[in-house]
Amino acid sequence: MSKVTTMQDAVRDLVRDGDTVAIEGFTHLICFAAGHEIIRQRRRDLTLARMTPDVVYDQMIGAGVASKLIFSWMGNPGVGNLHAVRRRIEKADPEPLEIEEYSHFGMVCRYMAGAANLPFFPIRSYYESDIPTVNPKIVPMTSPYDPNDEVYVVPPLKPDVAIVAAQRADAEGDTQIWGLLGCQKEVAFAARKVIVVVEEVVEESTIRQDPNRTVIPGAVVDAVVEEPFSCHPSFTQGYYDRDNAFYLEWDRIAKDPATLEAWYDEWVYGLGNHREYVEKFGDAYWDRLRPTPAPSGEVDYGRYA
Amino acid sequence: MSTDVARDIGYSKSEIMIAASARQLAGVKNCFVGVGLPNIVCNLSQRTVTPELQLVYESGVYGARPERLPLSIGDPTLATGSTAITSMFELFAFYLQAGLIDVAFLGGAQIDRHGNLNTTVIGDYANPKVRLPGSGGACEIAIHAKQILVIMRQAQRSFVERLDFRTSPGHSGDPAHDAARGWHGSGPTSVVTDLGTYAFDAATGEMTLVTLHPGVTLDDVRANMGWEPRVAEELGETPPPTPEELRLIREELDPLGVYTK
Repeated sequence: MSKVTTMQDAVRDLVRDGDTVAIEGFTHLICFAAGHEIIRQRRRDLTLARMTPDVVYDQMIGAGVASKLIFSWMGNPGVGNLHAVRRRIEKADPEPLEIEEYSHFGMVCRYMAGAANLPFFPIRSYYESDIPTVNPKIVPMTSPYDPNDEVYVVPPLKPDVAIVAAQRADAEGDTQIWGLLGCQKEVAFAARKVIVVVEEVVEESTIRQDPNRTVIPGAVVDAVVEEPFSCHPSFTQGYYDRDNAFYLEWDRIAKDPATLEAWYDEWVYGLGNHREYVEKFGDAYWDRLRPTPAPSGEVDYGRYA
Repeated sequence: MSTDVARDIGYSKSEIMIAASARQLAGVKNCFVGVGLPNIVCNLSQRTVTPELQLVYESGVYGARPERLPLSIGDPTLATGSTAITSMFELFAFYLQAGLIDVAFLGGAQIDRHGNLNTTVIGDYANPKVRLPGSGGACEIAIHAKQILVIMRQAQRSFVERLDFRTSPGHSGDPAHDAARGWHGSGPTSVVTDLGTYAFDAATGEMTLVTLHPGVTLDDVRANMGWEPRVAEELGETPPPTPEELRLIREELDPLGVYTK
């Protein structure tokens, strides 16, 4: 059964006010187009989860869609601060933002526990750190096998909705990723509903030709959206480069609330969908972000008939 | 030391920090790399004293061979041509937590005399004056990497008597306690700043000034830290960057001067 739909319909049908939503992707494959659509549909009171809240969550939190953030590192990578998020945390401007923070390994293992249906996940971290003192969900536990071995445990994270960008999927949602994997697999298995957003919807036979590259099976996917350049200014390995100039530019945009409002009007509310966003930048812009080819070598799975 | 003085002697503060740090990686196999200066340090070291260096990035890349200077730890140039790309769980669990990482670089907004680091908040956690990025992987890196090298510019507000928040543990000040921790990590072994280099005293776990950069005085150091520094009995001078190190930094690693101006 085909799960192919549009971003508008996927967000309208699957993302509800008050939901816990995770748009994952570690630098790579961050679905900005989904963030923009959630802003455009004016969702409210979301809990946003993500290891690295970067520009996509600055955009969403600045637009007022969220009341809480669960994370392990916030910032504009290689550039500096998230101004809209910081205004809310430091000055409750225009309203407070609740935070719940972990380390990277803690966040990864929250998704692992969620995906594997475990009550908690033990890790060797947080020793002699102040992080557990500000997050009571990070709890020390003695090994049942060694009274001298202490770990910390973190609880499962099962988002209501995970939004995962990828290079390609078939119509059922069997999804293939190459390059940095982030937590795309873990968050997809942990979430109750999954939206996969791809550069290309491909035939099932293309997926079956290289099954080791399948990261997420259609069994856990609810919607498949074909949306070229959906990760801009993040990147899709082999399709387009990270737009580092935009990350720098965002620092200027988000610093001043009036400039930020004007950006939303021009680039989110003023556009109907991501295709219009892509067209607004123009072909020459995207051509500059295209890498030269570096194809993988082929392997032979062998045929055993 | 003013920037102008540094220019007169033929290199910038960043360049001597990079060169001094790169030499410390001699003999290292697996190095956990951060973005910015550590990234240039590791790439310089790979081209000079430690060609076998495997660059490991928390984004899940093992054995990166970047063809351009990565502007983030998840730059696509790190993926293409690398030895392996792992899930983030594997990277943190199998590589870091299991003890495969020899050296990692950390920095922060604040460091104390024992090498504890704050990357979380300035001021009170609930009512922050400045909200910083948070741990990322730093907390577990500090615990599991066998050695931690710190690169930070020195100032009163960053080299502090007391941290506002301890994100990543360093030495406790009690070596017997540190030895009993059972961690892979032995904590910070070196701090390289724009003024000098420090090691950590074996008996007290305290940051100890080992060399001053050329043209820097002990008073310059004192003016830029929040405690009275412990100084090695034989205080040396940091060797300046060699012409070849400067050529690699300026022509190959950071030709636009993004990190080294």
